[in-house]
Amino acid sequence: MRTLEQTTQEVLNLATKHFQLPAGSLAPEDDFFKKLGIDSLQTLEMLSRLENHFGIELPDYEVQGVSDFKTLAERIQSRL
Amino acid sequence: MKSFQGKTLRWEWREGGIELALDHEPANEIGTAMLEELEVFVGAFGALAPEISSCIIHSARKSVFSAGGDLRELYHQAISVPEKERPKAIRSFLGRIHAVMNALDAAPFVTIAAVHGACLGGGLELALACDMIIADKMARFAFPELRLGFIPGFGGIPRLKRDLGNAVVRDLLFTGRTLNATRAHAVGLVAQLAGEGEALRIARSTAAQVAKYDPVARAAAKEFLKPIPREESQDEIEIFCELFTRPEVMAALKKFVEDSGPMPYLP
Repeated sequence: MRTLEQTTQEVLNLATKHFQLPAGSLAPEDDFFKKLGIDSLQTLEMLSRLENHFGIELPDYEVQGVSDFKTLAERIQSRL
Repeated sequence: MKSFQGKTLRWEWREGGIELALDHEPANEIGTAMLEELEVFVGAFGALAPEISSCIIHSARKSVFSAGGDLRELYHQAISVPEKERPKAIRSFLGRIHAVMNALDAAPFVTIAAVHGACLGGGLELALACDMIIADKMARFAFPELRLGFIPGFGGIPRLKRDLGNAVVRDLLFTGRTLNATRAHAVGLVAQLAGEGEALRIARSTAAQVAKYDPVARAAAKEFLKPIPREESQDEIEIFCELFTRPEVMAALKKFVEDSGPMPYLP
C-alpha cells in the first residue's frame, strides 16, 4: 500500500511527464490550473492518466473544486 | 461523392471504406454547421453503400472526439426567439439531428467510432449511433446534460438503453461523471481498447476484417442486432424540449456559456 507521500510524488511525476516539464518543477501545494494553465480537456486527459496509472476510478465530482496536487493525491489515496 | 471537404468535417474513400474526420474548432461541437455537413454525409450513403464496407468516424482535433452539442449556439438561438417559440425551434433542430443519427445507426455498412480524448454528450451520442466504439485508453465518456438540468437530446438515452445495462445508464446520467476507456470497455460501451494514439489504426484494421465478409449477411445481421429506437427517440425529443426551455436551464446555460475559467460551470 502506498503512503500519501508516495502517491503525491507519483502524481507530481505523472503531471511533470504529461506536461513535459523539467523535473522538480511541481510542488504538492501548487495550483495546477494556475501553474500549468490547463483547460477542461487537458484536465480530463490528466484524470485519465492518473486513473490508468493507479488503476482506480476517480469520479469527476470527487475532484471538483480540487486545484492542488496534495488534495488531488488525497482523493486518489482514498480510492487505493 | 468519394471525398468531401467541409468547414467542420471531411471524408475520404480509403481502401474500400470511408473515413470521416471531425475537425471543428475548438472541440468538435455539434451545432448547425456540423449538422448541415453531417446531413450531406448521410445523404451520400445511397451512392457510397454499394462500394464500401465500412465507415470510420474519428476526430482530427487533439484531446477530443467531440465535446457534444454546441450549447453556446443552442443557448443563443433559444434566447433569440420569444419564450413560447423556443420548443418549436429546438424541436426542429433535434428532428434534423435525429434523422442523421438514425441514418448513421442504420447505415448499410459497418460504422466504427475511433475515439480519443473527451467524448461527451452529443459526441457520445454520435459514437453510440455507430456499430462499434474503438477507444484510445485516454478516452473519456460522459453524459453531463443532467448537471445543467436537461437530458441528452440526440437519441443517446434510447441507444444507451439498447446497448448497455440500466445500472450503467443511470450511473452515467445521474452523476454526469466521465468514464475512462477501461471502465467503458468493461461495461460494454467500448468494443475494443487501443493504446494511446492507436485507435484509428486499430479501427482501420477492424474495417479491413469487416470487409472480408458477405455484405448481404452483414447487413441482415446489423438490422437484426440493432433496431432503431424511433419511438423512444421521439419521446426523448419531447422530454428534452420540455426540460430545456425551463428558466432554471436557461440560467444554468447562461452561467455555463459565460464561464471562461479552466473548468466550465457544472454543478
